[in-house]
Amino acid sequence: MSLKNRKLQYSLAINEAIHQMMEIDESVFLIGQGVKSPWYVGNTARGLLERFGDERVIDTPVSENAITGAAVGAAIAGMRPIVVHPRMDFMMYAMDPIINESANWHYMFGGNSTVPVVIWSIINRGGEQAAQHSQSLHTLCAHIPGLKVVMPATPYDVKGLMIAAIKDDNPVIYIDDRWLYNLEGDVPEEIYSVPIGKGIICKKGKDITLVSVSYMAIEAIKAAEYLKKEGIDVEVIDLRSVKPIDKELLFESVKKTGRLIIADCGWKTCGFAAEISAMVCENIFEYLKSPIARITLPDTPAPASFALEKVYYPKSDNIIAKIQEVLKWETK
Amino acid sequence: MRKKYNKNFLVGLYRTMMRIRICEESLVEPILRGEVKCPCHLYSGEEAIATGVCAALDESDYIFGSHRSHGHYLAKGGSMPELIAEIYGKETGCSKGRGGSMHLIAPEKGMLGAVPIVGGTISIALGAALASKIRKQKRVTVSFFGDGTTGEGVLYESLNFASLKKLPIIFACENNLYSTHLPIRECRLQNNIFKTGVPFGIPGDRVDGNNVLKVYESTKAAVEICKKGNGPVFIEFLTYRLRGHVGPDDNIHGMRTDIRPKEEIERWQKKDPIKRYERFLFKNKILVKQEVEMIRKEVEQEVNNSFAFALSSSYPKEMELTKYVFKE
Repeated sequence: MSLKNRKLQYSLAINEAIHQMMEIDESVFLIGQGVKSPWYVGNTARGLLERFGDERVIDTPVSENAITGAAVGAAIAGMRPIVVHPRMDFMMYAMDPIINESANWHYMFGGNSTVPVVIWSIINRGGEQAAQHSQSLHTLCAHIPGLKVVMPATPYDVKGLMIAAIKDDNPVIYIDDRWLYNLEGDVPEEIYSVPIGKGIICKKGKDITLVSVSYMAIEAIKAAEYLKKEGIDVEVIDLRSVKPIDKELLFESVKKTGRLIIADCGWKTCGFAAEISAMVCENIFEYLKSPIARITLPDTPAPASFALEKVYYPKSDNIIAKIQEVLKWETK
Repeated sequence: MRKKYNKNFLVGLYRTMMRIRICEESLVEPILRGEVKCPCHLYSGEEAIATGVCAALDESDYIFGSHRSHGHYLAKGGSMPELIAEIYGKETGCSKGRGGSMHLIAPEKGMLGAVPIVGGTISIALGAALASKIRKQKRVTVSFFGDGTTGEGVLYESLNFASLKKLPIIFACENNLYSTHLPIRECRLQNNIFKTGVPFGIPGDRVDGNNVLKVYESTKAAVEICKKGNGPVFIEFLTYRLRGHVGPDDNIHGMRTDIRPKEEIERWQKKDPIKRYERFLFKNKILVKQEVEMIRKEVEQEVNNSFAFALSSSYPKEMELTKYVFKE
């Protein structure tokens, strides 16, 4: 059934996953601001309303708190809702149903209730959109016990992780990046899952481990390709899940290369990169041949001006420079 | 009134109120002794609301509660031994000792959860009602919350959405005149909670929450509206808690005093919903004193058995601390 080399855009891979899951499971529905609007959610909701009707594809007033809570409540009552926040920043209004309710629910009722909800939010950085339309708040979510957090970087993973998230009995924060929406890649037509909590080696290498998620995985691969020409063999890992973290894959790679650099799309202080770094130091410190390095956003809100955006968002160049610096360390 | 209802129904309401009251009052001593450690927000004085509302519901209907939900849980059919065990932090509790008094659940009875975040379950109840609508089930969801919740924005967002989608949900506001320590006159200028839904096109009712039959009747009418697809409904139940916000009294800085005026408490003690209903039952010759005594004894026995069950139960195992973080 699957056409092996079928290419699909990232945004359309999300759309296909939702179509297919709504088709096979009547408990799946989509709710949130902008599901009728390509302006908000790109191609991701294309055709859903026409196919499934407004009982299962629900565009909502601007009420993030109530709508997210409603998705959580519907999940508690046995549905499998997907609630979308077209800008991750807007999701902050919904921190009560996400953190206090959905994350704790299974635990605080001793396993007597589950919350199979997908909380989907979109990072919409760049384009001079400034501080409130651009934030990558995955670390904030990953800090909370009871939440799973996924950040697919490729069209293949987008579809597979969306399906896995819908099937999961726990609340899953599903975060994608608008910068990835036009990316094309191989996507099988059939329904498949990418396991939550499993990373992937995008490129094997022996000199240094480069760990990334989401959009930074794309920049990481670019950096590794460039460095290959310079004779530096970088192993690129896309963790895909920010929580749970694929420790085995991470540790195995660092044990092999002895060096670690992390490229994250969030801020530095107390961030995801810090967590990866701490995990490696706590568990396999003896394998490290040089200090761990982090590529992150500076601890600054996103600026509007294009001139400042240029230096705000890290690119492959920043990764390349940092890797070169790390590799020089031993000879210092 | 007497003619409208059969004796079993009327006695059933009385029994439920007594179960809640005696269960709540039996916690007072263990709390004061420090034996019950988790915060307990006692429902004494408000029994007519949970009892009357839940009597108007089917078992398959859903309810959600708040920090003060022992009564809701019991009235909807939750197990008393599991309630007491939960309050004692035991593995046999309804939440396996992970929740305590403020996290009660009995999913098989339609009690889908109580949590102490003020307004926290309003949107959750909204979602349960949305689920019923999508599945075309004739099922009503009741969201119980206190007057303090009218200060939370999520209430208004939820009212709007519920009205927009005509969801089968009853917003049941238990107005006991206090938001923790703060009297309602310091929380809002106007005494009109029952009109809260009106700007959203939701009819509102104000009901004497200490009159169990009035509570039942208003809820029954609301259930009909919801089941016909004409929900939501907003009801304000006027009541008063006879105990403190948390624990037997308001216990400010360990002083064990109630911050509310003594005369006010005494005035409401006279409106005790159970005593009032008892008088009604006597007057209409539905019960005689001996039968009331018998019910009391049966309930006391049930409460004693529940405490015995809780006290003899084991605590959760330390090695199972992280159990239930995720559904495996």
